[in-house]
Amino acid sequence: MSVLFYGSAIIAILATLLVITRTNIVHALLYFIVSLLAIAVIFYTLGAPFAAALEIIVYAGAIMVMFLFVVMMLNLGHVTQDQEKAWLTPSVWIGPSIMAVPLLAAVIYAINLNQEQMAHTVVGGKEIGIALFGPYVLAVELASMLLLAGLVGAYHLARK
Amino acid sequence: MEMPTVTMQVIPMEHGLLLAAILFVMGMVGVLTRRNLVFILMSLEVMLNATGLAFIVASSRWGQVDGQIMFLMILSLAAAEVAVALGLVLQLFHKRKTLDINVLGEMKG
Repeated sequence: MSVLFYGSAIIAILATLLVITRTNIVHALLYFIVSLLAIAVIFYTLGAPFAAALEIIVYAGAIMVMFLFVVMMLNLGHVTQDQEKAWLTPSVWIGPSIMAVPLLAAVIYAINLNQEQMAHTVVGGKEIGIALFGPYVLAVELASMLLLAGLVGAYHLARK
Repeated sequence: MEMPTVTMQVIPMEHGLLLAAILFVMGMVGVLTRRNLVFILMSLEVMLNATGLAFIVASSRWGQVDGQIMFLMILSLAAAEVAVALGLVLQLFHKRKTLDINVLGEMKG
């Protein structure tokens, strides 16, 4: 299990690094799907098989396909790719990266202050369903309202 | 209530949180450095995904469902956000014929 966890973690980090450095949108999307699949494996090793399935179905399946459709509709081509190549010079990304690294170092220091071990239990779909329609029923209703608003908004905005 | 209990090799919680932090920072750097609207949205997705991972790690640490419920909420938030944002991207591209945020930033009203 720990080999699976650390292997997937390395794949996720490398794929995400490639996502933010690609100039071609479709290549970046494909690397992002790899990253999402690696994170789904991590969810599985952490004892969350339901979240792992949702990660693949909703994130890698639905959201990434939505991105892909929009990229196809925009039909950006080589002009945008050359533009991206011209924009992504070291002078552009070095400043924000250097400022982000101390923040990451601070978070890593804070996380490592005391060691905690993970629990050994698998929390499956049954417990999630019981919790969703028990104490969290209001959150489910609010999520449905949010999704309805998203649907109406997307329909209104994407209309010709 | 039968709960399937599987003993597995223990992974320290820090390592999961560390991974979430690294992915979050990568998404943040993407948002700060990219100038194409679609890339910025993708980096936002990376950040949302990293927060979801942190919730799952916490859920796994205490063996409770609440973290996974929060992950579901983040998932529906990401879906709604991407639908609306991509609709906006389409409209902006039809109007301006570009996805450069330096050009799109000049719009008034």
